[in-house]
Amino acid sequence: MNLALFVIVPLACVFLIVLLARRFKALSDILANTAALFLLLLACFSLKQVAAQGVLTYNISGWAPPIGIALVMDGLSAFMLLTVNLVAFLAMIYAISYMRRYTEKWKFHALFLMMLTGMNGVILSGDLFNLYIFIEVASISGYALVAFGTQAEDLEAAFKYAIMGALASIFVLLGIALLYSHTSTLNMADIALSLAAKPRGILINFISVLFLAGFGLKAAIVPFHAWLPDAHSSAPSPVSAVLSGVFIKTLGVYALARVFFNIIGISAQLFYVLMILGILSMAIGAFLAVAQNDIKRMFAYSSISQVGYIIFALGIASPLAIFGALLHLFNHAVLKSLLFLNAGTIEYATDTRSLKGLGGLNDKLPVASVSSLVASMSISGIPPLGGFWSKLIIIIAAVQAGYFNFALVAVLVSVVTLVYYLKFYNTVFLGSLNAAIAEVKAVPFTMKFSLVALAIISLIAGGVLLPGLRIYLQAAANVLMR
Amino acid sequence: MSLYFLCFMLFCVGLYCLVRKRNIIKIVIGLGIIEYSLNLFFILLGYRTQGRAPILISEQELINTVDPLPQAMVLTTIVVGLAVMVTVVSLALRVYEKYGTFDITKIRRLKG
Repeated sequence: MNLALFVIVPLACVFLIVLLARRFKALSDILANTAALFLLLLACFSLKQVAAQGVLTYNISGWAPPIGIALVMDGLSAFMLLTVNLVAFLAMIYAISYMRRYTEKWKFHALFLMMLTGMNGVILSGDLFNLYIFIEVASISGYALVAFGTQAEDLEAAFKYAIMGALASIFVLLGIALLYSHTSTLNMADIALSLAAKPRGILINFISVLFLAGFGLKAAIVPFHAWLPDAHSSAPSPVSAVLSGVFIKTLGVYALARVFFNIIGISAQLFYVLMILGILSMAIGAFLAVAQNDIKRMFAYSSISQVGYIIFALGIASPLAIFGALLHLFNHAVLKSLLFLNAGTIEYATDTRSLKGLGGLNDKLPVASVSSLVASMSISGIPPLGGFWSKLIIIIAAVQAGYFNFALVAVLVSVVTLVYYLKFYNTVFLGSLNAAIAEVKAVPFTMKFSLVALAIISLIAGGVLLPGLRIYLQAAANVLMR
Repeated sequence: MSLYFLCFMLFCVGLYCLVRKRNIIKIVIGLGIIEYSLNLFFILLGYRTQGRAPILISEQELINTVDPLPQAMVLTTIVVGLAVMVTVVSLALRVYEKYGTFDITKIRRLKG
């Protein structure tokens, strides 16, 4: 299988859409959805192949690394690719009807596929500078997609996001430049070998801080989180779903884990810093979410909180914790995209997303109601849904490693999570219909399809722990434990 | 060494501009300055005093050449930087159309 397909297919579709979509109106929908489906199937296939063969590599234009640029797929990449392309495909299906609210739908498809190109590239890249390029490709399309509605708020959010994102990329690039000057190579495996042969100086610590700041900004870990609620709540809902569901995890968490665990190597202090940052994100994100009145802002703050869990678990860094971190990453990707798509459905049907203006939608939007309930319960960790298992594993890992206080905080934050999701569900779906809502529009089939599909996946996500499926996740976790 | 120091100063000027300025166009300019300082830094990493371009000519020994890889990377980052700059400037212009001001402290409709 050719790994370059993950990058080439969406990129070629962008090209065709930009070229032809003005003349053939239906083309962009068909092309974009076919491409997303193809990538999803390819990702499933690659998961099997990686499990059978181990690491796959592809040398771009035949130049062998370290001189050429390589695409590398190991267990972690295959797992991330599946997560990204699954969420992207379902968001794309959802967008068929939803994006009729906006003009120039083909631009959305072009930018969306561009973002997908960047994310797939980040995951597959085996070369540090190439990683930066793909981060930028994904980020720039991200800025444009946040501003897609071109309302005043959207543009304001996109501007803030673009400045913060550009600053993050600059930190990452500075780190890469210093690492290159230290090791004289850009290939990830080569850098790791070269660093292992050298003594750890103060330069490596400085580079670690740069990468932590850069990827931390991209992942919206707490001191760097200010842009996220604005950007994720202003974007169109399918975009929010992808941004919150997989974008921050690919560009932030995945890149962070890849660089720290597989390239630089990580010191005990840095593990502790990661844990502290994780705990801070968890707690602050959750408490800010409780106070929100806008559904999408609440979900955005919840993303900060849940990414905190993943970072915290990566900081514990025992095999069980990393396993839990990856499981939580998958769960949160599915759940948060489901919740954002639900927020989009509510906004589509009633034209408002403020908690004050909503109520009693249970009968009018049954599909959204049930899927919101599933997602809310799962993300707050109610057994036996997927979110429960990942949080349980993370907390058990924390206790095993002796961090009782942190484990307690994680449990308490989980309770706070339940509080604000109950607040959301209660105000929006229960009670009597708010008189201010003139009419509740019917929800089209494609939107319902995505909601139902994601809800089913989140219901059975706990099944990943079964022996047959567990090997794939274990293979992903093993990559980080070398 | 003084070159590295000047490059670092340029980075600090850009960062100051990005963090402290209220006018969004000046913020964008700050971003540009940081980018340039970083490109300069990259080139400096590969530079060698009295170095020559690494072009392979027959019957000539290749000695004391500069490192070509940072130069290739800087070309790429310039292109990426252009894309970022275009996006940010067009966003800044659209923000100005909507809010009628370049002052970042007055562009605050999003709260919470």
